[in-house]
Amino acid sequence: MTDFIAMLADADFWVAVLRIATPLIFGTLGVLLCERAGVLNLGIEGIMVFGAFAGWLTVYAGAGLWVGVLAAALAGAAFGALHSLLVVRLPLSQHVAGLGITLLATSLAYYAYRLGFPKVDSPPKIEAFQAMNWLPVPILAEQTPLTLLALVLVPLIAYVLYRTPIGLALRAVGENPHAVESQGIDVIRLRTGAVIAGSALMGVAGAFLTLAAFNSFFFNMVNGRGWICVALVVFASWRPGKALLGALLFAFFDAAQLRLQQSGGGALPYQLYLMLPYLLSIVALVIAARKAAYPQALMQPYVKGAR
Amino acid sequence: MRLEVRANPSAMATLLAGVGAVVFTLLVCALLILWANANVFAAYGAIFQGALGSQFAITETLTRATPLMLTGLAAAVAFRARLYNIGAEGQLYFGAMAAVAASVAMSNEAGELALPTFIAMPLMIAAGAVAGAALLLIPTLLKTRFKVDEVVTTLLLNFIALLFVSMLLDGPMKDPTAMGWPQSRALLPELEFAKLVERGRVHVGLLIAIALAIVLWIVIGFTRFGLSIRAVGANAKAAEFAGISVNATLIKVALLSGALAGLAGVGEVAGRTSYVTLDMSPGYGFSGIVIAMLAALNPLGVVFASVFVGGAIVGADAMSRAVNVPTYIADVIVATALIAVLVASLLTKYRVRWK
Repeated sequence: MTDFIAMLADADFWVAVLRIATPLIFGTLGVLLCERAGVLNLGIEGIMVFGAFAGWLTVYAGAGLWVGVLAAALAGAAFGALHSLLVVRLPLSQHVAGLGITLLATSLAYYAYRLGFPKVDSPPKIEAFQAMNWLPVPILAEQTPLTLLALVLVPLIAYVLYRTPIGLALRAVGENPHAVESQGIDVIRLRTGAVIAGSALMGVAGAFLTLAAFNSFFFNMVNGRGWICVALVVFASWRPGKALLGALLFAFFDAAQLRLQQSGGGALPYQLYLMLPYLLSIVALVIAARKAAYPQALMQPYVKGAR
Repeated sequence: MRLEVRANPSAMATLLAGVGAVVFTLLVCALLILWANANVFAAYGAIFQGALGSQFAITETLTRATPLMLTGLAAAVAFRARLYNIGAEGQLYFGAMAAVAASVAMSNEAGELALPTFIAMPLMIAAGAVAGAALLLIPTLLKTRFKVDEVVTTLLLNFIALLFVSMLLDGPMKDPTAMGWPQSRALLPELEFAKLVERGRVHVGLLIAIALAIVLWIVIGFTRFGLSIRAVGANAKAAEFAGISVNATLIKVALLSGALAGLAGVGEVAGRTSYVTLDMSPGYGFSGIVIAMLAALNPLGVVFASVFVGGAIVGADAMSRAVNVPTYIADVIVATALIAVLVASLLTKYRVRWK
């Protein structure tokens, strides 16, 4: 117990929480945009892998870090365009198309990486984002600018969703696309835009891993973070503010298990600690499911004129 | 662009769609091979040669296809009822672990089998099936009782299952003779599946998988239970209205699907590795979903689709040794084929009107 209080009093702990939360914030906001428009995007796991790779490769080739972030966003957007072609333009199963995108994006990234770097023992490193030491805010000053970007995006996306006409239309298209169509708004275009924008954020979520958290690309580096974002969106009942809260909560437990693992001294198998975040995600889903207000048209393909 | 439902999809269109999907996949992947500065024909030739070019190649492809067939069937039966089981990977590991645990439980102090083989073998197989089914039962009950979406819970359970197995490999199931490397105790030799050919790794698991595919095809197509599976998948509300218990059907489907994925793990342990390691499956659980979709959720189609995917993996392995193209090309081929087949089959059902 005293260990636990000491942990909470330790600024380093909160620095770790915010760092772990950052890719989850980007990813969760990305999933949220897609799902609010009525599209499930299980491509996130693969898009994050590809974003991590694209961002890293761009910087490794000599471009600036922000160019790397842009490259990851564009790569994410490209896969988003493919996903929306499959499930918005064409009424394919969103589950299956999403898993297909994950497989495609992951294997393309791995293929390209192996092709470019056939026999490397230690993955090539880049000069990653530095902490914002100039910032007078204690814990935030230890973070990279990408974390700041993630935190700024939360109110920004909330504003767009709830206070602008396009946000209203986007939310409506996830609830009742036929009503939106009758207002003279193009459902297909709106959904496509939402999926592309959301997927771009997923790409940035991946880029955070290579450009800020670690300074290289390696296999299995995303390790289920994308799936966790899909869970967090349900937990957040599709609201940006709650998504931030969910990501921070998840990161809190993840950082806590890392601490406990170190201080626990092998009293319990380390796998139990690693399981904790996944178990808690499931528990959170069960709690949230009671009042989960899924967007009514989620996973329903829109075919003009059909009811 | 507008989609119009075709009244009668013609057989010709279906055939053309299939051929088109294959050609598209080969063209896309040819670009990737060119990017690797390799000769496209040589690379494809090497893949084909490595997958089907000799008796050894064919047995290797079939060995790979065996677990894929079982996870493919697991996905096919679940997706038919719209139960999105994306946790076959974890269920496979649970099945494999349970087979080893059963072997340990059925051995005496001297480390010999305490039961006759004809009793012990079915018990081991059953243990694996039950373990896989139990793992899928959790998210399915969460779905039927609390309306928790199974997509995410089954995905997350993969990680939990793998960590659980990893814990057992460090603990009670640890191989006392393995040096450091996490590996389970070995299966008793009496419990290993017989090989089908000399000097090949293909084993009885293949026959079990094919037999199960045929049984499943009959069950889904021609029985009352199969009808309820199809009804729940087509329209759960209408099925409920027609007097079919949706929840009971989903639970039965989950037990069946989890058991099939568990059997994939049993087959790998009993037929190939004889002990559990944390890298025994390179994503067979996820590939199973792809296979089920390539087969349009038809159990007999799963048999062929799993040979295709198994062949792509084995062939790409052989090719990357001969030509300098990374083995990940196999996953790209499979992913591209999946998307191409999905689009092609859609185009047989709809006509696209450009205006």
